[in-house]
Amino acid sequence: MHRIAVIDYGMGNLRSVSKALEAVSNNASVVVTSDPQTILSASHVLFPGVGAIRDCMAELKHLELEQVIKQAAQEKPFLGICLGMQALLTHSEENNGVNTLDIFSGEVKLFQPAKNADGEKLKVPHMGWNQVYQTCSHPLWKGIEQSSRFYFVHSFYAAPEDKQVIAGTSAYPDDFAAALYKDNIFAAQFHPEKSQRAGLQLLENFVNWDGQS
Amino acid sequence: MALAKRIIPCLDVDGGRVVKGVQFVDIRDAGDPIEVAKRYDQQGADEITFLDITATHAERDTMVHVVEAVASQVFIPLTVGGGIRTVEDIRRMLNAGADKVGINSAAVNNPEFVREAAEKFGSQCIVVAIDAKKVSAENEPDKWEIFTHGGRKPTGIDAVEWAKKMVDYGAGEILLTSMDKDGTKSGFDLALTKAVSDAVNVPVIASGGVGKLQDLTDGIKLGHADAVLAASIFHFGEHTVGEAKQQMAAQGIEVRL
Repeated sequence: MHRIAVIDYGMGNLRSVSKALEAVSNNASVVVTSDPQTILSASHVLFPGVGAIRDCMAELKHLELEQVIKQAAQEKPFLGICLGMQALLTHSEENNGVNTLDIFSGEVKLFQPAKNADGEKLKVPHMGWNQVYQTCSHPLWKGIEQSSRFYFVHSFYAAPEDKQVIAGTSAYPDDFAAALYKDNIFAAQFHPEKSQRAGLQLLENFVNWDGQS
Repeated sequence: MALAKRIIPCLDVDGGRVVKGVQFVDIRDAGDPIEVAKRYDQQGADEITFLDITATHAERDTMVHVVEAVASQVFIPLTVGGGIRTVEDIRRMLNAGADKVGINSAAVNNPEFVREAAEKFGSQCIVVAIDAKKVSAENEPDKWEIFTHGGRKPTGIDAVEWAKKMVDYGAGEILLTSMDKDGTKSGFDLALTKAVSDAVNVPVIASGGVGKLQDLTDGIKLGHADAVLAASIFHFGEHTVGEAKQQMAAQGIEVRL
């Protein structure tokens, strides 16, 4: 039986993620935990997060979870969401600069003030439903229509050095990485747990994923 | 590809029950927040906002249970406003499954509360709700003041300046209600909406006055709102959220269909 560990490090709303996972997994158990052993013995690991990156990294350090996450990200199907995706890059501009886990080489950057083609001011945070263009075929995109909309809420975005790790892009107004992948890791800037059908499909795909891409 | 403008149905909840006459003909219990939220989710609502109008503190726990129940069945963003006064109030709602909380009077009483909340939970979940009324005369430049206590109590604070200040303090979104228009079904106060939306760099939700579908489109096109909130136009079954989106899309607005 699958056992999915949702990493609890005190950053925001884990109930939505665990409820959404429970809704899509018939024979998997979902456990919200900060215990290293529980995380490392799970079949799947989900690394969620909302809030600011400095607090996020401070909490991971405090709970001694940095190495645990790095190890889990090497061993088993691993899904990072929102801040849990940004923390996988090398460094973030947020909070005057914070070093992050460096699982994907690259920087997390702030959206600059911009206008769209109609001259309309684009607000920050980028908040709401945007289309995600799937730039590769991946088990986690299975059954999700190309360019489906997902729910985003973020002011910073991931800019990986290697564009080959991008699994999906969105535009605001320029293209940015909405999802990343590498081996057994998938990461989404959007919130699948708040993205209705398409989001639940992605989570179901994750639960059923063996980590091969 | 672009970010969609959002439609947000708003439910008033009193003691755990939806009030102000939700009248879906084909729903088993129109007072059940879960049933109503599920219906709006099926119609394509982009988010749902609950306004807790429960008068007594003792019944506040009820709202927590409502949020828990809805959040385990409806997988779109949920906002809870009404009676949010402390960091602990916010924590309880977020832990119950809310994604954002709306802060209104507590922000006016103590602006530092917004800063504290944003630092603790992140700006993305802090919505500052502003109730504004026009106070300028016909021949004067437009000016709006914020009111508390359901529009009864003037504060002397300029609405546009207040919105800017709240963003500086960490508000991630502004829910802007025109007290002049609320309940009139004569459309949003477009000048107010535009003044606030153009003045801040965070999303603005227009609220108060929707009587027909075109009002929603106008709020976005003319009021520059990023999202539109409405209650009665959807509650009474006059229109579905889907119809509203079709109408907006026909006029060139990007929506999630």
